[in-house]
Amino acid sequence: MKKEMICISCPMGCHLTVEGEDGNYTVTGNTCKNGEIYGIQEMTNPQRVVPSTVVIKGAMLSRLPVKTADTVPKGKIFDVMKAIDEVVVEAPVKMGDVVLADVCGTGVDVVATKSMAAC
Amino acid sequence: MIYDVVILGGGPAGLAAAIEAKKEGAENVLILERDRELGGILNQCIHNGFGLHTFKEQLTGPEYAERYIDMAAELNIPYELNTMVLDMQDNGDTKMIHAISEENGYQALETKAVILTMGCRERTAGAIGIPGFRPSGVFTAGTAQRFINMEGYMAGKEVVILGSGDIGLIMARRMTLEGAHVKAVCEIMPYSNGLTRNIVQCLEDYDIPLKLSHTITFIHGKDRVEAVTVMQVDDKLKPIPGTEEIIECDTLLLSVGLIPENEISRGAGVEIDRRTNGPVVSELRQTSIPGVFASGNVVHVHDLVDFVSEESVLAGKGAARYVKGELKNEDNFTTVNGDGIGYVVPQHVTVSNIDKDLTFYMRVRKVFEGSVVNAYIGDEKIATKRAQKFVPAEMVNFKIKKSVLEKYPNGEIKFVVEPKEAKK
Repeated sequence: MKKEMICISCPMGCHLTVEGEDGNYTVTGNTCKNGEIYGIQEMTNPQRVVPSTVVIKGAMLSRLPVKTADTVPKGKIFDVMKAIDEVVVEAPVKMGDVVLADVCGTGVDVVATKSMAAC
Repeated sequence: MIYDVVILGGGPAGLAAAIEAKKEGAENVLILERDRELGGILNQCIHNGFGLHTFKEQLTGPEYAERYIDMAAELNIPYELNTMVLDMQDNGDTKMIHAISEENGYQALETKAVILTMGCRERTAGAIGIPGFRPSGVFTAGTAQRFINMEGYMAGKEVVILGSGDIGLIMARRMTLEGAHVKAVCEIMPYSNGLTRNIVQCLEDYDIPLKLSHTITFIHGKDRVEAVTVMQVDDKLKPIPGTEEIIECDTLLLSVGLIPENEISRGAGVEIDRRTNGPVVSELRQTSIPGVFASGNVVHVHDLVDFVSEESVLAGKGAARYVKGELKNEDNFTTVNGDGIGYVVPQHVTVSNIDKDLTFYMRVRKVFEGSVVNAYIGDEKIATKRAQKFVPAEMVNFKIKKSVLEKYPNGEIKFVVEPKEAKK
């Protein structure tokens, strides 16, 4: 099997060609190691980081930005969004604080991406 | 008290410039910020992908901002929030900054150097003149981004986006994740104006159609947007009769370009480059007024914040050296945009101010494949920049060594897109 894709690991946007079957893939067109990792992952288990917001009480703003601390399977993005939507936190919050542990059984935590003081 | 450096704007450019100015020995540095917090537009850019060049990792906008805010705090750099700068006056050795805020009322601040880091603004519906009524539901992409990501208000349910700039693409994904249905992204040009990675991860991941060579010719609805008329355009960008398609929607987002915000610069008499809509600057980002520096999106619109930070380090360095009387002003070179190049920053170069090398930022006018960008002084080719392809959406960073420039006393550095030479 052969698939053309564009690497999203960085803004370079290299055009990759991934060839092979079941766990035995070769990537060409990449200009760094991340391109190879991305190419193989897109064939086997595509992953994305999910950034979003959660409700925060007692802060200057009503939304706290968050993200999954690591990538989660692409097919689980909407489940992850649903779980994130139910989170409500209280200020103060520090950048990196876990607001939701092990989201949807992915083993990945959802963490705050901004510090917000109570006010 | 006379400040050493006052910085107008506490976004990514202002923060990086302030940090560098302080590190380089400027004593009294002050940041003036009109918003209620530092960080600028990064605060609403909650997606990841920032900082790959600066920190070698993928950060979200707020994380990138917080790292710089923390660095500024470690250096004890003071800042004033909710403070609007109205005017800047050049009095020769010092400049006067006129500002107002609720806390301090009217202030006139005297400073030896100023760094302009006001950033840019989005082009609006008025700027592109789409016919129709003025119903609610028409937002610039950045306004919708602020509503959704910071204030917690959803902008709409059925969405069409005009323009394929990065903010538009990012918002297509963001609104989809929040439950909206993004029906199409229309781009008048035959190529996208956003980064390729954003086409992939924001549109293709969610099966959102990108209609290239298409524009919106009418907005339907009186009180709220009800639909838009989409038409294909010919190679002169004119709508082709008979290609009308009506797409029902309640929201139209505009991602149709950014304009550097230079009212204060113009008011003070800073020379503006018509190609960039930003100040004409030197290698260390000094404008046409000695002691007034500028960096970031106020100079030219960048596509990555990493390069805003990189450029602002130059401005911070320049301002500190100016205050210490160490800034040279020989002005050996001017830069020229030749065939295929839309603009070049900086426009002036004093070689003795460069440390090791100097990066020239430029944009190509259209998509070029199988080409290189060459730099010439007179008839001599001094350097070549290679890439798989050059596209207008991705700024070209062309680094030239100081030692190369030192071979020439003065002149013009001309940048030209040329076909790749066959290997001999």
